[in-house]
Amino acid sequence: MSTSRIDELSESASAGRSFSLGELVRRRPETITFMLLVAICVIVAIINPAFLQPSTLIDIGRASVVMGLFALGVFIILAAGGIDVSFTAIAAFTMYSLTVLVLNHFPGMPMAVIMLVAIGGGALLGIINGLLVHHLNVPSLIVTIGTQYLFRGFLLSFIGTVWIMSLPPQMGAFGRMPLFQFESANGAIVTLPVYFLFLPLAAFVTWWILNRTLMGRAIFAVGGNANIASRLGYSLRTVHIFLFGYAGALAGLAGIIHVCANRQANPFDLVGTEINVIAAVVLGGARITGGTGTVLGTILGVLLIVVINSVLVMVGIPSTWQRLVVGSFILLAAAFFVTRQRKK
Amino acid sequence: MQKTGGQLVMLVAINGLLLVLGAIISGGTFLSLFNLQSMASQLPEIGLLAIGVMLAMCAGNGGIDLSGIALANLSGVLSAVIVSSFLSVSESETVFSLAFIFAAVSIGCAGGVINGLLISKLNITPILCTLGTQMAFMGLAVVVSGGKAVMVGSPALLSSIGNDMFLAVPISFLIFIIAAGLIAAALKFTPYGLWLMLMGTNPKAAVYAGFPRTGVLVATYAISGTLSGLAGVIIAARNVNVKFDYGSSYLLIAILIVVMAGVKPEGGYGRVVCVVLSAVALQLMSSLLNFGGLSNFVRDFAWGLLLLAFLAVGRYDLTGFLFPARGQPIPSVPIPHAPKQDN
Repeated sequence: MSTSRIDELSESASAGRSFSLGELVRRRPETITFMLLVAICVIVAIINPAFLQPSTLIDIGRASVVMGLFALGVFIILAAGGIDVSFTAIAAFTMYSLTVLVLNHFPGMPMAVIMLVAIGGGALLGIINGLLVHHLNVPSLIVTIGTQYLFRGFLLSFIGTVWIMSLPPQMGAFGRMPLFQFESANGAIVTLPVYFLFLPLAAFVTWWILNRTLMGRAIFAVGGNANIASRLGYSLRTVHIFLFGYAGALAGLAGIIHVCANRQANPFDLVGTEINVIAAVVLGGARITGGTGTVLGTILGVLLIVVINSVLVMVGIPSTWQRLVVGSFILLAAAFFVTRQRKK
Repeated sequence: MQKTGGQLVMLVAINGLLLVLGAIISGGTFLSLFNLQSMASQLPEIGLLAIGVMLAMCAGNGGIDLSGIALANLSGVLSAVIVSSFLSVSESETVFSLAFIFAAVSIGCAGGVINGLLISKLNITPILCTLGTQMAFMGLAVVVSGGKAVMVGSPALLSSIGNDMFLAVPISFLIFIIAAGLIAAALKFTPYGLWLMLMGTNPKAAVYAGFPRTGVLVATYAISGTLSGLAGVIIAARNVNVKFDYGSSYLLIAILIVVMAGVKPEGGYGRVVCVVLSAVALQLMSSLLNFGGLSNFVRDFAWGLLLLAFLAVGRYDLTGFLFPARGQPIPSVPIPHAPKQDN
């Protein structure tokens, strides 16, 4: 059991009736994310009522799929006290090489198989990460910076740099397949695609792994204190391989969904967005030193970043401000959570 | 302590080997004065950033400075915008250059102090803090420049920093060597250096020993920021324009240089001379790959591979394996290692 959990239990036992907002925020940091999200939405809706159109909301939902899948992978690694910056490279690698493979060699491959191959390929690259992190015994940030360049360099120098505009038909069809669609006020057809379902599905699987399996226990234990966890008999090697493999699998899935959704495969895509994803996870209340965090918080963090990215323009702030705003949010959130944790 | 000497010997050997290899492959032109000069003038930007990363890493406790290149670009961009708003290049080139340099270095220093204060006062993890400031610095550079390249021009003093030679050595390279020398001296001869290394070795013990934790951390990140500012000046001097996204791969390369130099990622050990040598080695390799006509992407791939390879070298102590000649007088005495508590 992680130290933070123990804290939590003893706190809740001693706190008794004295319930307060501060207490709630400290125990469930994602409340603050949620409040921030609601506040931003309300403000934006007041300034620009167009925000509340269903089409905007569906756009936000659609935009959060790829980032959400990435974020779940990063979250599970962060929970174990590591950090990963290579997931975008894994996604780019899997999606582009798979598209090339399907296009040139297996044009008839069914979509389900493509997905499975993407997940498998991503997991394989992730496992390489896991093995390296475990055996080199250096901070995972440095290892994954190395593998990010390794995977991306390999992709661009040996597989190809050509922008593929015409996807294999089954992938294009999958990207367009609607879950439901309706006609908006101005006559445009708004579609929530089927691939959106993968986000709640992956979130549920991640939640299940973290809260209902022994592996989840092991992950939080390693995040709390890796030394103690290994003395308790958790195999650090298994945990590391599982973590990075799982994150890699999610990245592979995210990559292929990215291709299908954009109807083009650009090998230069995705890499460079990893800081946004890490920001989302941290804003969702996961501590970067590990041992804490929830899936719900992560999803809220992703929504927060996606909303910030898409509403700045709606309220009249030029898009050049986006980075500055997100960067300040990271620092504020980090400072806020740290000071909250210190007030015991 | 043998290991530290081993690292130095290995780096010297790698540099020598690369020079010989380059001479053989290119038939001598690799060692021509012109090529050496052009390599030396490409080195300082990345070398300065690498020293900054090294200092942050030495501070231990997961210390790292990811905001280096963003801060370098910010100081170039912001300084160019500020200075050109009340001075014009045509009036006085020297005044403009001096004002630009002063503003850029101060902005770099200020950014570093912000990093240091956030990390020491608010206790934010260095990775997270510098990730946030990296984004904020870059964002600020985008905001003040509107996302476009900002023209600095080439006033006399600035352009001579970027392009001229002193005794056949590029001036930017001299600046880099002087900066590296000053920092090496500070680490070796001042209490600051001792505090930094001991704090990296065991942060808890350092606090109990009464080290000025806040002061050391702020100073470390401030120096790192100042070096970024200096790198920003050199970038501006060499490129005429400054832009917010210049050198996007510098972050990896700086970390690669530092790891190659044998700086311990968990803190407490690092030598400036090794960082300088490993920066030189990397520059040589990069130029060699250029001579071979390989694309940038192959180079990225090679850098990633090299980083992992050097991590493996550090982990399995291949240095001792490759250079057994250096001998270990008393191999039976184990060097006490602090248990690694935080990864």
